[in-house]
Amino acid sequence: MLEKLLLNHYEAAAVILSGIGLTNLLLQRNLIKKIIGLNIMDTAVYLFLAAKGYVAGRAAPILLENGSGGWVTSSSVYVNPVPAGLVLTGIVVSVSVTAFALALTLKLYESYGTLNIDEALLRMTEQQEELEAKVDEAEEGILS
Amino acid sequence: MINMFAYNIPFVSIFMLMIAAIITPLLPKRNRLPEKLSCYVIGIIAILSAYLLYVLTSSGQSLSFNFPMGHFPAPWGNELRAGPLEAVLALVFCIAMLLSLTGNFSSTAEDIAPNRRQIFCVLVNLLTASLLALTYTNDLFTAYVFIEINTIAACAIVAVKEGPETVRAALRYLVMSLVGSGLVMIAICLLYDLTGHLLMQNMHGAIQVLVTTKSYMMPLTVSLALITAGLAIKSALYPFASWLPDAHGSSTNASSAILSGLVLKGHIFTIIKIFYRVFGLEVIHLLRMDTVIFILGLLAMIMGSVHALKQTNVKRMIAWSSVAQVGYIFLGVGLNTTAGVAAACLHIIVHACIKPMLFTAAGGLSNAAGHKKGLHALMGTFYVNRWAGMGLIVGAFSMMGIPGFAGFASKLSLMMASFDHSVVVWSLAALAISSVLNALYYVPAVIVVLTHNKDAQKNFTAPAPTRSYKISMFIFLALNFYLGLFCMPLLRLITRGVNVL
Amino acid sequence: MNEELKAIWRSLFDWVMGNGPRPENEVIPPEPPPDLPFTLKPKDKYSRFHEATLKERYSQWVEIHGLHIFSIVYSGLSVLTCVVVVSLLLATVAELPPFGDEKNPANNEVIRRYVEHGGHETGAQNIVAGLILDYRAFDTFGESAVLFTAAVSVLMILGASRRNKQDNELSPNVNEDGKNFLQRGPPIKTFRKDDAILRGVATLSIPVILMMGCVVVINGHLSPGGGFSGGAILSTALILAANAYGFERVHDFFNERTFIVSSSTALMIYALSKGYSFFTGANHLHSIIPKGTIGNILSGGLILPLNICVGLIVAGTLYGFYALFSEGDM
Repeated sequence: MLEKLLLNHYEAAAVILSGIGLTNLLLQRNLIKKIIGLNIMDTAVYLFLAAKGYVAGRAAPILLENGSGGWVTSSSVYVNPVPAGLVLTGIVVSVSVTAFALALTLKLYESYGTLNIDEALLRMTEQQEELEAKVDEAEEGILS
Repeated sequence: MINMFAYNIPFVSIFMLMIAAIITPLLPKRNRLPEKLSCYVIGIIAILSAYLLYVLTSSGQSLSFNFPMGHFPAPWGNELRAGPLEAVLALVFCIAMLLSLTGNFSSTAEDIAPNRRQIFCVLVNLLTASLLALTYTNDLFTAYVFIEINTIAACAIVAVKEGPETVRAALRYLVMSLVGSGLVMIAICLLYDLTGHLLMQNMHGAIQVLVTTKSYMMPLTVSLALITAGLAIKSALYPFASWLPDAHGSSTNASSAILSGLVLKGHIFTIIKIFYRVFGLEVIHLLRMDTVIFILGLLAMIMGSVHALKQTNVKRMIAWSSVAQVGYIFLGVGLNTTAGVAAACLHIIVHACIKPMLFTAAGGLSNAAGHKKGLHALMGTFYVNRWAGMGLIVGAFSMMGIPGFAGFASKLSLMMASFDHSVVVWSLAALAISSVLNALYYVPAVIVVLTHNKDAQKNFTAPAPTRSYKISMFIFLALNFYLGLFCMPLLRLITRGVNVL
Repeated sequence: MNEELKAIWRSLFDWVMGNGPRPENEVIPPEPPPDLPFTLKPKDKYSRFHEATLKERYSQWVEIHGLHIFSIVYSGLSVLTCVVVVSLLLATVAELPPFGDEKNPANNEVIRRYVEHGGHETGAQNIVAGLILDYRAFDTFGESAVLFTAAVSVLMILGASRRNKQDNELSPNVNEDGKNFLQRGPPIKTFRKDDAILRGVATLSIPVILMMGCVVVINGHLSPGGGFSGGAILSTALILAANAYGFERVHDFFNERTFIVSSSTALMIYALSKGYSFFTGANHLHSIIPKGTIGNILSGGLILPLNICVGLIVAGTLYGFYALFSEGDM
């Protein structure tokens, strides 16, 4: 197994990174760190895809001139172009999601003064209790 | 054969919604033009889908076709695929979306600031487009891209109502969804590496070859587990459902209805498609994924209801009940037979009609009680807004599975499907327990709503329900009774659709 | 023996229940006058010696150490999860097809057609551009739609409402006890002052960056690059301009309205032209779009206009994100 891992060392590095990123995304309690985890995971997936597209000894998938005015179109010259396309899509998706998550985080920070979702929940319940207490007081005041 | 008009319907419906979404920010804000545009476009697409369904099934046999997106056929270009099942789901999604929008016009106008309403319409159009694309797509990577559109749009329509609570709920939802889509992305990369294809039928062929030669079994199992786990997180299967009540309970009524009724279903249907069209039922059984799904479904049916019992907020209660209903659907999927999957699809349709009705009704009732959402505050609200009261009562009966209501039809078909399966005892027991638990929290809600409360009724100053609310609620009720009383033709139709999937 | 055991048991029981023996130096609080109202009667534990019960001790301990222990357990569990996930994936990777081998399943007839016929079928020299904007164009359209969705959502969340809130910060929402009603964090401030060096460098480099971005966008079908990368380069020029000359100057020609109009129009052109191409392709109709000769700047059919549209969307959106995050306004 170790030999195979050494052979697939790019993929091995990619899945280690993606495991780290996934754990950060799931279990970090600071939202900024969660988002960093998301980005680590996405980057790991790009590394994985790039490694999967590579074929030893071949060129980038941009047609080369063959010297007599034509193009080299033999498929044994270029690496696999599909992972490059998938990585491009992945990058754009990741940028969009990161921006959206950061916008929500900024909004949460403005409302609660914390970057921790659980702490935000605590503060929210405190605020609600305060509010309810106030409403009760006001109602009692009206009644009396 | 299929005429050219019907042939283009899947493509036209996705693109019409996309173009509507793109053009909405440019529209003037007067006259509620964005809302009207969304409603008209979704309505037109519902009619088109109904026509497509008619064309695909009228000849007596179930037709299906592939629609290449561009000049290149199957293994090279993207493709859409339409069959009876896709057409009927598209029809139901459009109807439920339309009714969720029209039924909640007034509460949307109250909850959402005017400058955000336009963007809300953009998001609704994008969400519908992504749901239709998920329904029709024949390409796994296209599915991933539209899952991401769905995620962002769904989280954004939670946050569209201003307030710290919704931001927190949207963030929790977003984080869980991102974990899910990360897992899906990794699984798609693994599958691409193993098969060299991204289109579903080509992947299917390659996977069959791998399984018969017993090669790459471990990566295949891991990628199936990852993609199922990712989509299960997004469709709120029980252990991963902690985000759902926050997101569905705190957002505006239209958003809750759309999220609960439709967004979850899009992901579940993607799972069904992956099971059927990418792996095939035998491979799913070989890799033991059906058992896992079945057990999680059982767990969700019980635990969702148990959690719903503890709620005092009516919207959170209905949201937890969604978790239980998702469990029913996964139970059907986990049976791993045509009958089971057909029953699951029937339950998808039934739930897509009832849950928006319940949320719309709950919104109307809490509006009648002066925007209080606590269950006890709703006492006597039936007599203020009778349409909403009717909706809640009928929805509750349907969820409990009283004969004649829609929920009964799908529960019955789930039961019938599990009879020719070895796990029949488990699924029958779970269905019985879950129905009793459903009754335990829905009956008190019905009783509270029906109890006369003279003191409070004087204080209720809510305006009478609008005409659009009444019409939407009427259609919801009619749909519910139609599904409850005449579900057999629909079930036959779905079974035919599943057979050609 | 039995008595001793009983005594030990009693003392243990007393310790658990908090009725321990009285220490020598204990100060007994004075007895309260008997006619006090019921509510003011001091609690039992002041009238006689009181040792904390196990339960109280436990809750005290939890209060002091609980969070610490919880975070240790939590991080331990996190590491465990991470190790499990990584080892599962590593076991998977070890069985995957070998790295860089040309016999891998991914190098199949699909790739062969992309490479061998991609040139004359799409007219693009850059095979990846032909792949993403012609063979698999629906994915790429979805991807632009993701960006559009995110832009619209961020605009909604950070847009108008945040501007109003910043105006209100001059008179913070303080309730009677002088505490901020919402516990807001400290306001996020950006410090900016006129900087001669920054301005000089910006004046020199912005035209170069713009030109570079345009080259990358326009040559997207001939060389590495395309709409997304070129658009990102263009947006850096806008961001640099905003930092050097102030957001107001950029605002004069690129504000929220221009952003929405340009993005929507570009995406609309994208959707309509690609929709035409999908429609003709699926119905086997003749498409009027010429492919051109490979290697020319005017080649690749729709790829060049699509790259320009995507470049506009990306440039606007990335600048929009920057402006919204730093200023709360565009």
